[in-house]
Amino acid sequence: MNNHNGNDRTEFVFSGFGGQGVMFVGQLLAYAAMDAGFNVTWIPSYGPEMRGGTAHCTTIVSRKPIGSPMSPRPHVAVVLNLPSFTRYEPLVREEGLLVVNSALVSLTSHRQDIQTLDIPATTIAENLGSVRAANMVLLGAALTAKPALPLAAAHSALEAHLPPQHRSLLALNHAALDAGAAVVLERL
Amino acid sequence: MAKELLKGNVAIAEASVRAGCRAYFGYPITPQTELLEYLSSRMIALGRVFLQAESEVAAINMVYGAACTGARVMTSSSSPGFSLMQEGLSYIAASDLPCVVVDVMRGGPGLGNILPSQGDYFQVTRSAGHGDYHPIVLAPATVQEAIDMTVLAFDLADHYRHLVILALDGLIGQMMEPAELPEWQADLPTPDWAVTGAANRAPNRITSMHLRADESEAYNQHIQRRLERIRAAEQRSIEMYTDDAELLVIGFGSAGRIAASAVEMAREDGLNVGLFRPQTLYPFPSERLAELAEQVGACLVVEMNAGQMLDDVRLAVNGRAPVEFFGRMGGAIPLPEEILDTIEMLCWSLHVVE
Repeated sequence: MNNHNGNDRTEFVFSGFGGQGVMFVGQLLAYAAMDAGFNVTWIPSYGPEMRGGTAHCTTIVSRKPIGSPMSPRPHVAVVLNLPSFTRYEPLVREEGLLVVNSALVSLTSHRQDIQTLDIPATTIAENLGSVRAANMVLLGAALTAKPALPLAAAHSALEAHLPPQHRSLLALNHAALDAGAAVVLERL
Repeated sequence: MAKELLKGNVAIAEASVRAGCRAYFGYPITPQTELLEYLSSRMIALGRVFLQAESEVAAINMVYGAACTGARVMTSSSSPGFSLMQEGLSYIAASDLPCVVVDVMRGGPGLGNILPSQGDYFQVTRSAGHGDYHPIVLAPATVQEAIDMTVLAFDLADHYRHLVILALDGLIGQMMEPAELPEWQADLPTPDWAVTGAANRAPNRITSMHLRADESEAYNQHIQRRLERIRAAEQRSIEMYTDDAELLVIGFGSAGRIAASAVEMAREDGLNVGLFRPQTLYPFPSERLAELAEQVGACLVVEMNAGQMLDDVRLAVNGRAPVEFFGRMGGAIPLPEEILDTIEMLCWSLHVVE
């Protein structure tokens, strides 16, 4: 029996407070995947939970057509706050990746069957110029540890798809992606 | 045109603009509100009509009025709001007026929730509103198909002078996928039946009222003849691996695309399983399904409801093969793995496992 879960499909969940750029980082990954020729879906949480402060979205990157855009057991979960950690830490698929914004999450995972990266993303982003780039620090780390796409694809997607009103933050976002990647590379 | 990353609701809105929709009337309701929100600025910028009505009842009656002028018009809603439109839909249908209505279905019955569902299948296919008719119903499974079917919906509505419903669910409405927008429709001539002031010509009359039984029956026969033409010409479906399928999985919209993943998994496991995905829910693609039913050992219907399209499948299959069902309800989304479990069980019981 196949496990139907080869290397041709990666399911990402991004979760955090409203304002942490959770929706945008998921969309940026989707743009990067689309531009790189992958099939991709992005879907936000739009249920009652979105009224409660913590928002999440799912981005699926696949070589094959994508059926369900939902991911009950993501390969990669990027969690920016404590409620997101509590929700997604148990759900990460075996041998998957959990990326934790350790500047805001005091807990750490004790699961032995997944890889966990505790990255003080908010602090790193603050040192680069704005806490709002924490999302990009974590995406840089996630794509370095789980290279479903090359990091360069995320950089290109920033150039191509960052909305006009946010163009002044382009350099910061590029630097944040690289800073997240650097943390992972240092630990290898 | 290059592919863009588009949200279903927004993609339908922009496709309707390019298909020549001159007027939109609607009322906000999750999970379709982005459609209305997008058009609220887009239509005004183009000098077209956008109006947020005081209710869905008002919105559909505004659509009724605008459709009388021969312009391409649209409204959109989600299940409870769509229920409020029933009377107006029936009046529009019984006035031979083309118009497009989008129903982004959500969990019900009742106020239910805002999660994806296919629970309005009976409501959209049997007769949206009272009386003896069916709308044409299109069911997209991807954002690209939602775009293509929006354009098709306007074309079919004009061609048949008939109500067309685009029936999708919250998943297709809310998700973003790469998709390509259509070309712009050139300006269309005003049809000769339109109510435009009757200057220098005999007046046109548009009504859904036929008081005498003989007149009313003659009008009903006229609708039924049109539906016969629609059934003959417009049945549409998509197939995967049907050539050698021993089990045929049948699903529309989101359930159809999730079932496609399950069928791919079953094929990887060596099971001879195929997929049949109706793209038109009315007319239901009965002719092709009846042919396929001759070849397969069993059918499995997958829906995000308690089994509604199931009735149409049984009518089409008409005893040629057993018809089984797997469904999730109330906003729950089926997992490909649980559909696969059912496929494996059915294949085992058919003794078709190699």
